[in-house]
Order: sequence, then C-alpha cells, then structure tokens
Amino acid sequence: MHELSIVASLFETLLEQARAHDAREVTRVRLKVGLLSGIVPELLASAFDMYKKGTIAENAVLEVETVPLEVRCRTCGVESRNANFVLTCPSCASVDLEIVQGTEIFLEKIELEIDERASGKTG
Amino acid sequence: MPTKEVIVLQDLLGTNKKIAAEIRTELEKRGILAVNLMSSPGAGKTTLLEQIVVRLKAEFHMAVIEGDIETERDAERIRAKGVPAWQITTGGACHLEAKMIGRILPAVDPGLDFLFIENVGNLVCPASYELGEHLRCVLLSTPEGDDKPKKYPKAFITSDVLVLTKADLLPYLPFDIDKVVREALDLNPKLRVFVTSAVTGQGLDELISHFRRSREELRGRHA
Repeated sequence: MHELSIVASLFETLLEQARAHDAREVTRVRLKVGLLSGIVPELLASAFDMYKKGTIAENAVLEVETVPLEVRCRTCGVESRNANFVLTCPSCASVDLEIVQGTEIFLEKIELEIDERASGKTG
Repeated sequence: MPTKEVIVLQDLLGTNKKIAAEIRTELEKRGILAVNLMSSPGAGKTTLLEQIVVRLKAEFHMAVIEGDIETERDAERIRAKGVPAWQITTGGACHLEAKMIGRILPAVDPGLDFLFIENVGNLVCPASYELGEHLRCVLLSTPEGDDKPKKYPKAFITSDVLVLTKADLLPYLPFDIDKVVREALDLNPKLRVFVTSAVTGQGLDELISHFRRSREELRGRHA
C-alpha cells in the first residue's frame, strides 16, 4: 500500500500547476493507471480524499482511467494486449518483449478554476 | 468563475525513476554492481545476504544497505560478518525509494565491487520503485507456498533473478517447485532461477557466480 506516497507526489504537481496558472482551485484531476503499475484505483481514491482536505484540491473530482498491459515483440514486431501477464508473444512465441504501456501512473490532465482578479496581473 | 483545462502528462513515479537512473549511472562508472533484494518478510533476505558476503568478502569489497520499517537489527547482523552496512528505517513506509539510497551513497566507499540493497519486506510495493540497481532479485521461501508468482506478478515480472530459499524444508512441505518455476517463467521468461538453502549451502555458489558474471559484464561495458 503505497498509494499515499503516490498521492503526495501528485499533490506536489497539483500545487505547482495551480501556482503557474494563478488558479484558485483544482476542480478535476485525471490519472492514467497501468494494470501493472502496482496501484489499486480504489485505494488511490481513498488516499486522494484523505489528502485533499484543506488543500487547493479540496473539492476536486478524481478520475482514474485503467490502462491495459500492452507488449511489443522484439522478434516479430507484433503488439499484443496481455491480461494474464504471460509475457510470451502470441504470434511467434518469442520471449523477447518490451512493455509498451501498462506500468505507468500518469497525471494526464487537470481542470483549474482561475481567479479573474489575478489573471490580469503581471509577473 | 472561468475554468481552464491543463494537459500535464506527468509520470508520478518520474522523480524516483530519474534519481534511480542517476544512481545506476554513477555506480556503473565506479564499476559497482548494485543488487536489489525483494521478498515478503521472513523469506530469508538477510540470512541469504549473510551467506553471500562471507563467501565474497575475501575477494571483493562490498557494502549492504538494509531497509526496514524499524530497528537497526539487520545492519548489525551484516556488520557482525565484517562488512559495512547502513540501515534505513522508513518509519512505516512499505518500500525503499531511490532518494533514500541517494542520501547514503556519498558515505559509501567508491572502490566497492558490490552494493547489496535489502528492501523492506513486502512482495508488492517495492516492485514499483527502481533504486538504481543493475540486478533485481526476488526471493520466495518454500514455506510461503507455491502459488505466489501468479498472485504477486509485478515482483516477478520486474525481476532478473528468482531465488527460491529454504530448499532444505522441501521434504516437509507441499511445495511444487516445478509449478513455481513454470509459473514464474510464464510471467517473465528471462528470469534466472536459483534453488537455495542457507542451511545446507545449496545453490549459493551458483547464485554468487551469477553476481560475479554480472559484475564482469558491467565492467566490460565501461572498459
């Protein structure tokens, strides 16, 4: 269970982004979580709700998209989706595979509420 | 109140990956092979390390970094074998992160041959955090049961070496070693498997030879 340390890293980025865009609030957060990321979306959501209290993302909605495991065969080049974590190419049975996606924990996009009074500021 | 959508596209493990890559490169430049040992608590990581260091220390320089939630016990066990050891106590965190290794690195002898890192006992979370290692070893002890690779796939998929420990207990346990090896290789066909016992010494020389070969390959890349 290390979802809380992922969420801590997420909030660092949220704060940076909010500051960079003169935002009053973060209202929506969209993450992409790979099937092999080691992250459980339900636990991530609980950790997010626990962490957000009293922050700029206090009212933010968290959306999590699960990304399937996709591998590419270095022998024949075929790409395949892999639900059972059997890392053998379904086309040529090669074991020389690279993981294309499915291990990531990505902050894809956020929605910010912009402070109009601040938006005219310079510097 | 106007809203604005911002595309961020940031890897939330990116900071750890970056620090790990820096550590890996730095160690490689010095010719130090780093090994990250992961397993559930009690699989025998420290006992295996004790056996490894006593067999290697006449010929090689090495150090050990121990990760635990609390206590200095494991580092003391390694020091008792005459090998320098640092203890990281995470105070509750279930895994080591690259920045924790980075903080210790300046104190580590630059002339080492091997740096062994024993992760916090946990078969789940450590698999998500690179520490700058060149070899990742997952240990599975026979009393834990032969169903673990499929239940905890990430630890097996991301490892280079599988060390089955406590093989001396096989006669007393319903542990199907062929099934474990087959299922682990299904997950990761490149996994090197070693069947070991710290009590009888079974498999330890083979495992150590693999570490020595890996170190020679590492040095060859930078010769």
